Amino acid sequence: MWQQIRSNRNKSIALVVIMGVLLILLGYFLGLYFLDSGEAGLILALIVWVIMSLIAYFQGDSILLSMSKARKIAKEDYPRLHNVVEEMQIASGLAKIPDVYIIDDPAMNAFATGRDPTKASIAVTSGLLQRLNRDELQGVIGHELSHVNNRDILLMAMCSVLLGTIVILSWHASRFMFWGGMSRSRRDSSSGGGSAQIIILIIAIVLMILAPIFAQLIYLAISRKREYLADACSALYTRYPEGLASALEKIAASAAPLKSANQATAPMYIINPFRKEGMAASDLTSTHPPISERIRILRSMAGASYADYNRAYQTVRKSRSSIIPASEVAAAGTVSLRAAGTETREPEPVEEQIQRTRETTDLMWQMNHYRTIDCDCGVRLKMPPSFRNVNVRCPHCGKIHAV
Amino acid sequence: MAPWIWIIIGIIVIIIFIFIGIYNGLVRSRNQVKNAWAQIDVQLKRRHDLIPNLVETVKGYVKHERETLEAVTKARNLAQQLSSAGAGERSKAEGELSSALSRLLAVAESYPDLKANQNFLALQEELTSTENKISFSRQFYNDTVLNYNNKVQTFPSNIVASMGGFKAGEFFEVTAAAEREAPKVSFS
Repeated sequence: MWQQIRSNRNKSIALVVIMGVLLILLGYFLGLYFLDSGEAGLILALIVWVIMSLIAYFQGDSILLSMSKARKIAKEDYPRLHNVVEEMQIASGLAKIPDVYIIDDPAMNAFATGRDPTKASIAVTSGLLQRLNRDELQGVIGHELSHVNNRDILLMAMCSVLLGTIVILSWHASRFMFWGGMSRSRRDSSSGGGSAQIIILIIAIVLMILAPIFAQLIYLAISRKREYLADACSALYTRYPEGLASALEKIAASAAPLKSANQATAPMYIINPFRKEGMAASDLTSTHPPISERIRILRSMAGASYADYNRAYQTVRKSRSSIIPASEVAAAGTVSLRAAGTETREPEPVEEQIQRTRETTDLMWQMNHYRTIDCDCGVRLKMPPSFRNVNVRCPHCGKIHAV
Repeated sequence: MAPWIWIIIGIIVIIIFIFIGIYNGLVRSRNQVKNAWAQIDVQLKRRHDLIPNLVETVKGYVKHERETLEAVTKARNLAQQLSSAGAGERSKAEGELSSALSRLLAVAESYPDLKANQNFLALQEELTSTENKISFSRQFYNDTVLNYNNKVQTFPSNIVASMGGFKAGEFFEVTAAAEREAPKVSFS
């Protein structure tokens, strides 16, 4: 079935294997240096890796959801969102409707999590929900559901565990090297030292520095590839690539950063929450492909099939390499686009609402002769006319202001 | 026994396993097609269930549109009666229901009181979504049929398919003219 993009999966798995080899090398040489036994280091590295993998496999989704402060919703709470998830679940042929979560944040973003398609969850920020029309929401949800359907989530979770293990090992090893230098030199003198020791030291240091960087680059390469594929799947599910394109455009234009995101959870979102303006097109250090490029690919699709996405990808990137394997392109046949949905509601941007409310209430305070002081932390202190104290303390940051 | 006998037995066993694999794959695809077909039914039935509610809600507000309301109820009852009939008749009835429904909702546009009714807004969302679900379940049905037909018609699985009596599935073609257009359930 077209959900399974096998050959691409194989390439991703090859990259994961390279990360695994990096971890093994790192463990072996650090073991050789610190414990005089490569095997011991190897076993230690594998133990750390297995424990972290188990946690990620069984607890990963709940950890991610609680870190991003998502709350689960029922259909009655947000019927439109829930219906769109159901619609895309039908279009993607997913066996079970994923749990739907809301993150109360004016930023626009979304992610999916869960180790397999029957235990999946999908989280959407309230900002996204308020500002996207139905077609755009379908595009975003379709993108997330295709991560579920292609089992990208498990792949990325396992990758990030490998990366995390490599980073943690290197970090602790470098600390040990600095602070444990004394005991090290004592052992050196007893074992006699020699050029072999120095070579091991050099290899260990080089691995300590380079392994995390390489692992990170591999991880990002896998992540970017999965994003293109999810875009292609979303276009196929909705038969309307313009929906996702204009959603991405709106998300890119919204300035509000997502407060609950951090570097570790960044690749899970539909766009990188830490994106910077004017990112280079071939940026190796990015979790996601540049949004402008994703939008251009989606907009230059002639139909909705994988073949169309592939052609658009090649035209926009001016490269001959395919993002989707030839076998999948041939099997899908021609798929025509559909017309835009009929729901044209354009919800009002939340931030403008908040801004307007603030201005209005400030006006009310002024009319009642309240005095205001703007604190550096962004809070506006309001004091009634009867306020007689010389100083006032900001309730947010604690700074003392003279009235 | 001579070694070549073992080689032949080994080859036969491998062929049998490949055969079993392909056969099971075909059965899985055929079940997927059936499942996808059932999904369309579920959504059509959901629309039938929503309409009496809609008519009840709208009735109090649109006093002068008795004909439009009756047309919807009639189309809905006819579609429900034909739900076990052939695909052709059925899709015609459902098509008529779609157009009757869109007429009613267009009429509802000119009643601001109705558009402020929470119950109506909830029904509007449900109907929009059900229309989308109907078309997405059709789309998915056609996708599964395509996948199944590819298996039935391409080598080597076509050999197993002809031996096991697997026949190519039919695509869901929209016949009624009204159905071919995008369902207009918008009242923004």
